[in-house]
Amino acid sequence: MFASNNLRSPLGRARGLGSAKEGLHHWWAQRVTSIALVPLTIWFVAGIVHLAVGGEPYEAFMGWIANPCNATLMILFLGVSFHHAQLGMQVVYEDYIACHSWRTAAIMLTKFAAYGFAALGIVSTLICCFGG
Amino acid sequence: MANAAKPTSRPLSPHLQIYRLPLAAVLSIVASRATGIALSLGLLMLTWWVTSAAYGPDAYDMAMSYIASPLGLLILFGFSLALSLHLCNGIRHLLWDAGRNFEIGETKRGNIYVIIGAIVLTAAAWLLALA
Repeated sequence: MFASNNLRSPLGRARGLGSAKEGLHHWWAQRVTSIALVPLTIWFVAGIVHLAVGGEPYEAFMGWIANPCNATLMILFLGVSFHHAQLGMQVVYEDYIACHSWRTAAIMLTKFAAYGFAALGIVSTLICCFGG
Repeated sequence: MANAAKPTSRPLSPHLQIYRLPLAAVLSIVASRATGIALSLGLLMLTWWVTSAAYGPDAYDMAMSYIASPLGLLILFGFSLALSLHLCNGIRHLLWDAGRNFEIGETKRGNIYVIIGAIVLTAAAWLLALA
């Protein structure tokens, strides 16, 4: 992996080369998802309020989610908010977990869980729309 | 310590536990980070709710009986307040990212807007839902 005729340490060779050119992606993705979540959150809370007012709970929910716009927005809300959540939790782990292997494990587990639950919520939304 | 014999009077950065954090910093910790962690768990509750509906009326009614219980409503109220705070403080962080509102007066006014905004949004949602 490392050239055997090179006595410089890996850190010594990396110094002065500039950034890895990918650190911005995480920060930017967090901003893009947060902007997308502003209207999505307002829609979501309005939907919950609407459902809390509407009569028969199960029928009201199925009628609401069967609307194509509501179904689309619910799928977007689940996908974007779980993505935003795992990005945020990653920063928390990076700040507070000093041990590198535990930190990597926590970040990985959170990503798996976030995308797993997002998929479950999205599939459930589709089942509610198309009838299970 | 090269100069151990000669104590210097250079200013030291105050430790977090001694330094009284400004309100904007407290809001950043509480209204962005702590609520963000709580809302990540709230997403699990949202998934559980939607999934229960996909399983059918019985599963949905059972999930709703937990959510509509006094403890469930208290948790839901907590999530609604956390969401409002996270939303309001998040918008202010986006404005900071855009290079706006860094003056002390603007920051202090922002604190008030965030707190009042979160209370108003939470109250409006619950008043409309229970009306």
